[in-house]
Amino acid sequence: MIAIVDYGIGNRFSIYNGLKRVYDQPLLVTLDVVASLKDAAGIIVPGVGAFDDCARSFRPFAAILIECIESGVPVLGICVGMQLLLEESEEGSETGLGLIPGSVVRLPKTVRVPHMGWNNLTIQRPTQLLAGITEHDYFYFVHSYHCVPRDAERVVASVEYGGALAAVVQRGNLYGLQFHPEKSSEKGLHILRNFAAIAQEGT
Amino acid sequence: MLTKRIIPCLDCDLALPEGRVVKGIEFQRITYAGIPWELAREYDGQGADELVFLDITASHERRETMAHVIAKTASNVFIPLTVGGGIRSVEDARRLFNAGADKVSINTAALLKHELVNNVARIFGSQACVVAIDAKRRYVRTAAEVKAATEGGRELIETTDGACWFECSYYGGRKFTGVDAVLWSKEVEERGAGEILLTSMDRDGTKDGFDLALTRAVCDRVNIPVIASGGCGLPVHMKAVFEATEASAALAASIFHYKEYTIQEVKRYLLENGVHIRL
Repeated sequence: MIAIVDYGIGNRFSIYNGLKRVYDQPLLVTLDVVASLKDAAGIIVPGVGAFDDCARSFRPFAAILIECIESGVPVLGICVGMQLLLEESEEGSETGLGLIPGSVVRLPKTVRVPHMGWNNLTIQRPTQLLAGITEHDYFYFVHSYHCVPRDAERVVASVEYGGALAAVVQRGNLYGLQFHPEKSSEKGLHILRNFAAIAQEGT
Repeated sequence: MLTKRIIPCLDCDLALPEGRVVKGIEFQRITYAGIPWELAREYDGQGADELVFLDITASHERRETMAHVIAKTASNVFIPLTVGGGIRSVEDARRLFNAGADKVSINTAALLKHELVNNVARIFGSQACVVAIDAKRRYVRTAAEVKAATEGGRELIETTDGACWFECSYYGGRKFTGVDAVLWSKEVEERGAGEILLTSMDRDGTKDGFDLALTRAVCDRVNIPVIASGGCGLPVHMKAVFEATEASAALAASIFHYKEYTIQEVKRYLLENGVHIRL
């Protein structure tokens, strides 16, 4: 079972629809069933909109998510769900989860903001999440802020937009995607399928 | 590298059960291209980068029908979906987001109540807030016309047909506002819009190509993405708009609905002509 954390923010249904295509039993969780996170083989943290709204709404889940990560459950943050994994954001005043040291900063002034549309990756090092993905594949990005992990090793793939920005980050069993796999057609579903496979392996 | 987006537009007539995508008018009768979610799936398969659904009936009673169309589409089409037409409030927007829309496009209601742009952007994020601007050329020929046109801070734009400003229309093009489209573009950016869907009323339906002067004027004055719309009849029109302006995307309806070109054909042509495109 893969849990999509339903903390009342945006794109959870799109992720659910996408995951349903590539995995048999995803689950939407709410505040009432925090305990079910503990039974999950994998956890997805969605997120769209403002950093502070997401950070505040996610707070009730923070402790249990950290517990799950420490016990080895694969976790995938998507878009603002990825940005929450860092310590802080220029977009707001709330703190992030601090699971990946670093901060979230505004896109450079030299480019149109938001970074909106299909862009390709520069893969820094192989990772199972990106198995079968090449630098000729395109993914749908839409964001005005980007993650800057303090340890550059955390960036497993970058995207070119006014500079090389973090597109995929990883720290052990914790992953983050700046783009939206659930909106990136077949290649995006391929990444969700990879995550489902990672989750199944651990069970 | 970020690619230019090609966006088919699905004009939905929700007076029919399930809604129908309007293809055009032939012999004074509306013709239909198909059921919205089936067409959406076909365009996704052809490589559409995004889809825009416009409720051309835009009546309150049919709001639920549009939500149903989006929910049906979102369950098996995995590209971004924008919905426009008849969105009057944050609640209208929320209904569509909950159904699976990624962005809403607001036009008339934004011109009537500017704060709606701020509210949609604040609650759902700028990335979800598109402002649609329907603009018409207003040529100024005499000194008196120039004076009258520029008094409100409007900027005159040089075109091959003479200097003009661009007037925003609303109520589906039936009424005019007196508002300058370039100034309005800058204002909606300040209010938090994440994208502008810019339609030339002079070109819409003509198949003569995009209004490059209008598109360039807006692109040069805002720092958010702009979708060029109105007048696309040939792949070369898309090439022209991407070469002559900084438009991030081009929207078209009839060339795809009449199957004159598939999206893939248009994209191949653009790629062969040096436009950066996702195939």
